[in-house]
Amino acid sequence: MKKNLFISIKLTMVMIILCAVLYPLFVAGIGKATPGGGKGKTISVNGKVVGYENIGQKFTDDKYFNGRPSAVDYNSGGSAGSNKGPSNPDYLQVVKDRIDTFLVHNPGIKKEEIPADLVTASGSGLDPHISPAAAYVQVKRISAVRAIAENKVRTLVQKQVEKTILGPSVVNVLKLNIALDNLK
Amino acid sequence: MNSEILGTILIFLITLLLAYPLGKYIAKVFAGEKTITNFLNPLERFFFRICGINPNESMNWKQFLKAMLTINMLWLVYAFFTLVFQDKLPLNPDGNPGQTPDLAFNTAISFLVNCNLQHYSGESGLTYFTQLFVITFLQFVSAATGIAALVALLNAFKEKTTQNLGNFWNYFVKSITRLLLPLSIVVAIILAFNGTPASFDGKDTITTLQGDTVQVSRGPAAGMIAIKQLGTNGGGWFGVNSAHPLENPNYITNAVETISILLIPIALVFALGFYLNKRKLANVIFGVMTFLFVIFCAINIYYETKGNPTFDNLGIVQTAGSMEGKEVRLGAAATAFWSVATTSTSNGSVNGMHDSLTPVSGGIILLDMMINALYGGVGVGILNYVIFIIIAVFISGLMVGRTPEFMGHKVEAREVKIAALITLLSAFLIKGFTALAAYMVAHHPDIAWQVKPEAWLNNPSYHGFSEMLYEYTSANANNGSGFEGLSDNNIFWNISTGIILLLGRFLPIIAPIAIAGLLAKKKFIPDSPGTLRVDSVTFGVMTLAVILILTALSYLPALALGPIAEFLSM
Repeated sequence: MKKNLFISIKLTMVMIILCAVLYPLFVAGIGKATPGGGKGKTISVNGKVVGYENIGQKFTDDKYFNGRPSAVDYNSGGSAGSNKGPSNPDYLQVVKDRIDTFLVHNPGIKKEEIPADLVTASGSGLDPHISPAAAYVQVKRISAVRAIAENKVRTLVQKQVEKTILGPSVVNVLKLNIALDNLK
Repeated sequence: MNSEILGTILIFLITLLLAYPLGKYIAKVFAGEKTITNFLNPLERFFFRICGINPNESMNWKQFLKAMLTINMLWLVYAFFTLVFQDKLPLNPDGNPGQTPDLAFNTAISFLVNCNLQHYSGESGLTYFTQLFVITFLQFVSAATGIAALVALLNAFKEKTTQNLGNFWNYFVKSITRLLLPLSIVVAIILAFNGTPASFDGKDTITTLQGDTVQVSRGPAAGMIAIKQLGTNGGGWFGVNSAHPLENPNYITNAVETISILLIPIALVFALGFYLNKRKLANVIFGVMTFLFVIFCAINIYYETKGNPTFDNLGIVQTAGSMEGKEVRLGAAATAFWSVATTSTSNGSVNGMHDSLTPVSGGIILLDMMINALYGGVGVGILNYVIFIIIAVFISGLMVGRTPEFMGHKVEAREVKIAALITLLSAFLIKGFTALAAYMVAHHPDIAWQVKPEAWLNNPSYHGFSEMLYEYTSANANNGSGFEGLSDNNIFWNISTGIILLLGRFLPIIAPIAIAGLLAKKKFIPDSPGTLRVDSVTFGVMTLAVILILTALSYLPALALGPIAEFLSM
């Protein structure tokens, strides 16, 4: 018993040094060589950091492409999903309201054109992406608010669609909106 | 959509291709044969010398368990106090507070037992110090404990008659130096190059394009995330685990993390075959596990890509599947596949919110955790499976009217009693505590507690019941995922799940090792034409039937009240 305890204490200290000190320091060292230096990849406009590439931002203005609903209102100090169950009546009402709000802000769009990701909260509350369909459905509004031709905005979205071989195609909302600000 | 399903199939195939040679390697490491990592020998000898360990000292099953439990007890005490006093320790750039005693009790146990149920959010509930010195540390050592226990079990069946189950310290150290640490380094580097933070900088504050001021949580996360997946731990750096875009930045990292979840649990099944030189037995076990695993994956992928049925009346497009609680870059199919992978292996990390899964998928992952042996947690998955084998051997023996045998030893009343008690224990813990929680919600909703039972549930009706059932099932299976809508950071849930975690971890390790130790002491009986062959397909089907019948009998009524009722009501 006593022997086991002494071994346990010493072995615990050895493993703490190996797994909790040397290993994270080694990974942090490697991290310095990565894009973003291990601190997360940032995006700058005119030399000023406006966000992180992988962290979604709140876009509620009609002049910007809107992202997905977020349970933490895109405050990336924390993270959370809504954790609403699929049959929860209150939740279904919230989704219905989101659809109605979207229709009010996007005249000329029909319900059947709204993709689900635009009216459902993401898992993290920080989803930086929307589906291409969710970007295209907002083109009409953006074009009206900014007074830019629809096909010009559409081409812009097309350029921002990121395709992967097996995964879903996505549009990074922050990058899209920065590109939109530069259009003119 | 189809390419997403193809993606999940490809991820699974790559996992199998990697797991087979890894299994061979693991068997060689523990058999003490020459491997490519032999250059680590001097390092291990150095560790043994300064700790006063003789790695060749043999241990019988009681000595083995004593060594294992002693060091585990020490970690529990160490982790508890470090968490409570984390605010007074260094590496706390965000100024997070110490954990309350009941939360620290739950967190310390949860990571000790390889479960990683998290009743806090990583961004605010821990400091960088405790993320590394408690969480990451325990993620390595709890996984190594499980693997060491498995090697002891295998040793019992390797020799004809033996008392020697090997040396706990030796297997424990080698699990880390030869397996967990090297693989973690590889995965951590892949994550870091894809944008997962690895530096010690604290929260950043930025002004967004639209002009809001927000904070961004960061930290040395990449290394922790690697061992979280490889060691079937599952506890995330950030609150939402691998749904977080820094914890799982893109489709590639998602594939790498999914492979990491499944890799060692599957490799250990193959390792069993190589180590015991019973490849056919390993193939049969692998076949049974994979059969159910693939069915579960297919069901979940079907239901998640089909979308939420209650949305059909809303008139919107659901071509991407049910997207509540899911991330666009990962897609519904990848999240459905992950949900089965993480519950099969007792991992418990998530890349989408399980609380928002459609009812059938939610039911499947509950069932998966109730079985808890389809690959299972590192080491302990096979231990759980052996319990099913013992019961299958016993029932088969009764059917043909012979004394049952397993691995050349008679399986007698004592061993079968232990196995039966363990299977009953899970059902008792899960259903007993769920009933207690449901009783509190129904009959004492406004009892004068800090968090009243009426405030526990995030969803009404059947789904609310599922939230409670899921929490206890996850605790008992040492899984760690949750229907996270449940308000679980309060005394009732912290203490009750803490108790289940301890019992659900150590009894299912102690029991199979005791059975193995008892069997191995008995006289060896060579195979005869009358011997029941456990490496036959017939016996595989028998084990499958035992798994399904035991699980159905134990849990179907509980599932009927939760996910099944919700499905039928939609």
